[in-house]
Amino acid sequence: MNATSVPGKGHIEIRDVCVRFTQNGVPLDAVSEVSLDVKPGEFVSIVGPSGCGKSTLLNIVAGFLKPHQGIVSVDGSPVGGPGADRGVVFQQYSLFPWLRVRENVEFGLKMKGVSRSARETKARTLLGLAGLLSFENHYPEQLSGGMKQRVGIVRALATSPQVMLMDEPFGALDSQTRVVMQEILTNMWQQLQLSVLFITHDIEEAIFLSDKIYVMTARPGRIKAEIPVPLPRPRTPEMTSSPTFVALHRQLKALIREESLAAMGGELKEGGLAGHDWHVGAEGVGAML
Amino acid sequence: MGTAIRIQPADDVGSFAPKQDDGATSLREVPVVPVVRRAERSDTAAPAGTLRSSAWWRLLCSEGPAMLLAVVSIGLLIGFWYLATAYRWDFYIRFTHIPGPVEVYRDALALFGDPKFMTNITISLRRIMFGFVVATVLGVGFGLLIGRYRAARGLLFPAMEILRPIPAIAWVPMSIMLWPTTETSIVFITFLGAFFPILLNTMHGVATMDSVLVRAARCLGANEFALMTQVVLRGAMPHIFTGLSVGMGVAWVSLIAAEMISGQYGVGYFTWEAYSLIEYSHIVIGMLVIGVLGLLCSGAIRLLARLAMPWQVSVGKENTR
Repeated sequence: MNATSVPGKGHIEIRDVCVRFTQNGVPLDAVSEVSLDVKPGEFVSIVGPSGCGKSTLLNIVAGFLKPHQGIVSVDGSPVGGPGADRGVVFQQYSLFPWLRVRENVEFGLKMKGVSRSARETKARTLLGLAGLLSFENHYPEQLSGGMKQRVGIVRALATSPQVMLMDEPFGALDSQTRVVMQEILTNMWQQLQLSVLFITHDIEEAIFLSDKIYVMTARPGRIKAEIPVPLPRPRTPEMTSSPTFVALHRQLKALIREESLAAMGGELKEGGLAGHDWHVGAEGVGAML
Repeated sequence: MGTAIRIQPADDVGSFAPKQDDGATSLREVPVVPVVRRAERSDTAAPAGTLRSSAWWRLLCSEGPAMLLAVVSIGLLIGFWYLATAYRWDFYIRFTHIPGPVEVYRDALALFGDPKFMTNITISLRRIMFGFVVATVLGVGFGLLIGRYRAARGLLFPAMEILRPIPAIAWVPMSIMLWPTTETSIVFITFLGAFFPILLNTMHGVATMDSVLVRAARCLGANEFALMTQVVLRGAMPHIFTGLSVGMGVAWVSLIAAEMISGQYGVGYFTWEAYSLIEYSHIVIGMLVIGVLGLLCSGAIRLLARLAMPWQVSVGKENTR
């Protein structure tokens, strides 16, 4: 865990982070004492039951949320707010509908004050890499979901961030498109040499993409396990039936199942009480924690 | 029918055909074709003419029935007007003194050669322009501030909420006292009419904007100013144009009322004066001119909306009204 001394590019360090929300006046820990590392050039996924604080963790690294406690730093400098050094891809397609595909990709460069011609060259290169060059003059609404999300990824890459943060980016896509997107993403990742922190609830996706997988517990989210993925690169669809993959899948599934059951048990308790009396419900939550 | 094959729709729908956009897979990601032109398939009886004439033909085929109905609709209105005035209908509603369409047409021809009448029109248009432009600048500006910053909302919105329900026309006496000239007070009334719809719609546009867009812009390095001008303003634009449309309508209502009450010059003043001078056909002409001017102004707004929001045109939704 102590790789801090290695001066790499795109090193995400999360140390003892706690996040507390206040829900109906009751403090609620969303994330508790989480520490994790994404080393330079590493592809790291976080999986866990829904509501375990995966996205919260990502939002902290992105700079949208401040942790209640703990430190998050990228390449040694603490995260103070959102910035172009960390590319973010959201689950919802967050393309600007009023900009054409290429203009969307150029947005970050424009904010940096990059000249028009340099912007165009960079955007077209990246769009070519993602197989979207022929759609550079389309508006986002004219694209399919998979294409929109590819543009989203390309846009986040345009400012050459050392770190990519992806919050269930393929969650809204159908399963075929998803598989294709995963391949495109691994290809781009290998060519561009950056660190990725990837949130997903899809175990297969996590194994296929990652070097390392963190499993989180049900709320409050803690790191339950850190699992390296020993599959070689480049990853191919055939690997999904290899013994290593299957074994990993089984292991992760069991880990998450435990947590999902715990989360659902809690919810059932919570829901049963909250349905009648809000205060009793809130106490129920408190007792659970 | 060689022509039927040559005929291509004006917009290049063909370019949306499934392309192998990347070598990665055989996955067919066909973009959503936004607008399906109704006219596309009506090439059955196309004359073997040029592309242009066949385009006209297709337009006639698709829009013809609707145009015919429109002609009938307007014809019925004028027909009723003619009959009611020709036979001087009098059953509670009295058509006895109302001028008929023929008389109005005759007087209108004379009037449109009259420079004084033209001055009335240009003066009204100038008042609308001034009032509306100021209302747009202030309405959009305050709307963005109030919509985005809690402090601005807390400070500005309550005061505006007190003023908002007061109709612009109710401001006439106050306005005459406030402003040095009649002209400025009329422009002020026009401004007031347009201001609140623009303000409220801008605020609404900012509030309903997808917040993920703001987040996306921030992590792409946008500072607050860029965020405001390049994201929030653009995102709120469909609602802003709704506000402009509504505001333009209310501006005309306010202008005409102000002109009738306190005016010198202007179509509102002209119409009211016609009543005083027992020039009844001029009342009708005044009304029609007001209607046409209002229509032209809202048409201009729609055109502007189209130019300002090309992405909405290509998608074909929400930008109307």
